[in-house]
Amino acid sequence: MEAPFEDVTRGVLNAVREVEELAGRRILDGERIITPQTGDQGVDLYVSTSSAGGGLQMMVSGLVLQMTGESAQRAALGAGAIVMDVIALNDGRRPHEKIRRLRQLRPDMILLSGGTDGGDVRRVAEMAEIILAADPKARLGAGYRLPVIYAGNQAAAEVVTGTLGDRTALSVVANLRPSLEQENLGPARDAIHELFMEHVMAHAPGYKKLMTWSPVPIMPTPGAVGIIIEAIARRDRMSVVGVDIGGATTDVFSVFQGVFNRTVSANLGMSYSVSNVMAEAGIENILRWVPFAVDEIDLRNRVKNKMIRPTTIPQSLEDLVIEQAIAREALRLAFEQHKALAVGLKGIQSQRTISDIMSQTETGATRVDLLDLGLLVGSGGVLSHAPRRVQAALMMVDGFLPEGLTQLAVDSIFMAPQLGVLSTVHEPAATQVFERDCLVRLGTVLSPLGAGKAGQPCLSVEVLADQTPIQRRIPFGELALIPLPEQGRVRVIARPERGFDLGPGKGKPLEAQVNGGVVGLIVDTRGRRPFVLPTEPAERIRRLRAWNAALGLYAKEV
Amino acid sequence: MAHAYTPGLRVTDHAVIRRERRLPLKGDVLVAVGQPVEADTVVARTELPGNVQTVNLAAKLSLDPARVPDALTLPVGSAVRRGDLIAAGKSLFGLVHQRATSPADGTLESVSPVTGQLILREPPLPVEVDAYVRGVVAEVLPGEGVVVEASGALMQGIFGVGGETFGTLRLVAASPDEPLATAALTPAHQGCVVVGGSYVSHATLMRARELGVAAVVVGGFDDHDLRHLLGRDLGVAITGAEDLGFTLILTEGFGRIRMAERTWRLLAAHQGQQASVSGATQIRAGVMRPEIVIPRPPGAGREAAAAGAAGVEVGSLLRVIREPHFGRIARVIELPAELQALETEARVRVMAVEFAEDGTRAVVPRANVELIED
Repeated sequence: MEAPFEDVTRGVLNAVREVEELAGRRILDGERIITPQTGDQGVDLYVSTSSAGGGLQMMVSGLVLQMTGESAQRAALGAGAIVMDVIALNDGRRPHEKIRRLRQLRPDMILLSGGTDGGDVRRVAEMAEIILAADPKARLGAGYRLPVIYAGNQAAAEVVTGTLGDRTALSVVANLRPSLEQENLGPARDAIHELFMEHVMAHAPGYKKLMTWSPVPIMPTPGAVGIIIEAIARRDRMSVVGVDIGGATTDVFSVFQGVFNRTVSANLGMSYSVSNVMAEAGIENILRWVPFAVDEIDLRNRVKNKMIRPTTIPQSLEDLVIEQAIAREALRLAFEQHKALAVGLKGIQSQRTISDIMSQTETGATRVDLLDLGLLVGSGGVLSHAPRRVQAALMMVDGFLPEGLTQLAVDSIFMAPQLGVLSTVHEPAATQVFERDCLVRLGTVLSPLGAGKAGQPCLSVEVLADQTPIQRRIPFGELALIPLPEQGRVRVIARPERGFDLGPGKGKPLEAQVNGGVVGLIVDTRGRRPFVLPTEPAERIRRLRAWNAALGLYAKEV
Repeated sequence: MAHAYTPGLRVTDHAVIRRERRLPLKGDVLVAVGQPVEADTVVARTELPGNVQTVNLAAKLSLDPARVPDALTLPVGSAVRRGDLIAAGKSLFGLVHQRATSPADGTLESVSPVTGQLILREPPLPVEVDAYVRGVVAEVLPGEGVVVEASGALMQGIFGVGGETFGTLRLVAASPDEPLATAALTPAHQGCVVVGGSYVSHATLMRARELGVAAVVVGGFDDHDLRHLLGRDLGVAITGAEDLGFTLILTEGFGRIRMAERTWRLLAAHQGQQASVSGATQIRAGVMRPEIVIPRPPGAGREAAAAGAAGVEVGSLLRVIREPHFGRIARVIELPAELQALETEARVRVMAVEFAEDGTRAVVPRANVELIED
């Protein structure tokens, strides 16, 4: 939103006019959307999402960083916010440092949690006093009071209201951690959405008008993506991971064991943040995916030049390969951050049996189970616009290292957010459009767990397509591609050698119906737990080239 | 299509430059509308509230938090010095007398009967804002600051580090494609804005710092050396707050890149004049580029009519901003409408260009060029 387009409804009207032209249907009456539809005019429903102003930026606070602090973070991220900082009593900072931080960051909203119901009131009051002393100013508009949501110990609600009620726009909702064993993020998430509409968006030019056009609340864009991912996971009864890799940020969404989680890696991306990917991953981790020698000084300069001129695109094949290597590392780092936050509740007293002790499981283990992952969906320019779809598939495989049998898809036009809002009104319509017009099915990847020596027998695969069944034996240390029909499903039987596991157990066969796709069935016997690339440069380059050739990754060898 | 291109950076001899000089908090404006100012004239001043310290009086006095407010020996709002008695109480049936003293100079801001914490605010810190450019005060923002207006030359760089500074402009390299040599820097460059050609090395920058050079303006610099300079890998391009002892501005990018002819000529034309420079760069929504401002003496000419935002057309002069032709200057010879496949197989809009230096031709994606003002 920059001058002269400071009013968001200008952009919406322009977009609607284009739809009118493309669809040959009158939708606008002057500057009003015609709804409901009558005959060949108008639409049934107009829905909207918003990422204006850099999205919703929040600070969250809890008493204990690893417990209520983490629950509060999950609630804010799940609602589609960027979490700028988590402040907790035990975060190692002194009160005045916390106060200074609150002032500097100027969040759009604060979520204050802390304590289980009936627990200690004093420590919650202390957090509220810190917020009061900071007297943080909202980012947009000086004249409005900062929205604060209190979702902590209900016994402290009165004290918090007494401290913050006059100075902030405070709403009190149910505790997001009523007991150590229980997390209840729904009310806090709903309150975030509501305050986002009421306070934050209402101060952005044109939003008041836009809000009257839609009977459904305007949602933060990433929050809406989460809703459609949850709907798909529910419909297909499978675990789903979605990733949206942008220029500045990378969002990861997951549903495992029916629990939705979202994380935003605020400084991992392909243009504005590309240099930070290099800083965080380390240059050697980027170069491990590049099948030719690169001068480090030259690579560093290239990456910085992309950062300062973020809209450029790779022209040479070498440049494309380097960009896709960086994307692999951005995906890997974003997924690592996701795994660290998408965890079970910490701090629970659980009864442990001898076998629990033997398996060393702890509370707070990640919910992300790659063997259980059924569908991996990617979106964002580097994946959606990769010149060959197989490049997108391999970037996701290398970044996420899926295990067992996993379907791969890309969201080519990034319609998921709008479908997320639509699904709150009409879920079957939304999931149907998602499946038919939004998802491009790439195929399936089959990756056995286990390690071995290159060339040792690992896996035999049988694909029972229409007429001619295909049988392949794939030794350890390879990538292979078996074409599948683009539409429909085929039966696949995979028999791992002893010592390799596809999910049912070591050496046990896996039989499944898998979706076809434009890429096909990728068989990845490069090993998992651990996945290791050769460290010796000449050997690494030789292997990368062989894998690229096996999948037909590029038009020529690079 | 014009808006689809990376907008060219502004490099002009005739600009009206208005810079808002605002305090971080409300304060006093020290100048009036129409008043001439120098780059270092202080235009506004305020005091930042001091740091906040918390003192756990309940624990110090062994008192129930509810009784802490009554234990204060001075009312809330009082000024105290470090070591002053601020609260006293009796515990254990009045047998034990406990005293609490102030840990720092400041003001008693509040006390909580729930937590028993006292909030003490340390004395305020003075903050001043200078004019940054030589000019006149065009507007006063009451209680907040001023807008300083100057007319003169304005050159935007592509990336910079270090904050605002100013000094006499000195061309040190002999041509725009010659790197800045360490040997060319002398004690006479102390406090100057030094202009090199295509490149500066880390070693030369260190020499510049030793000599007290105010700022270095060059075509390119290695990221490898930037890491050395900052002591860390720069992840996100938000700069301007680095404390390096000088400001560095890159006019073209990372690597060895000949400084654009126009930029070079303009800097050469103003040799010996005072330049204000800022390295602050932010590459995200609301982009901010580093700049070199050379104010003209009052009444010495006005801004030429602002040119409309022209699109790229056949004959436009531009620079390629991505490999394999990174940094080369060319003219557009054809703008085909159809998408064309690149070596990567991506199908994109392209243009055919002819390179200025040797007359060879190439096809480049339209996304990979930036216009240069002729």
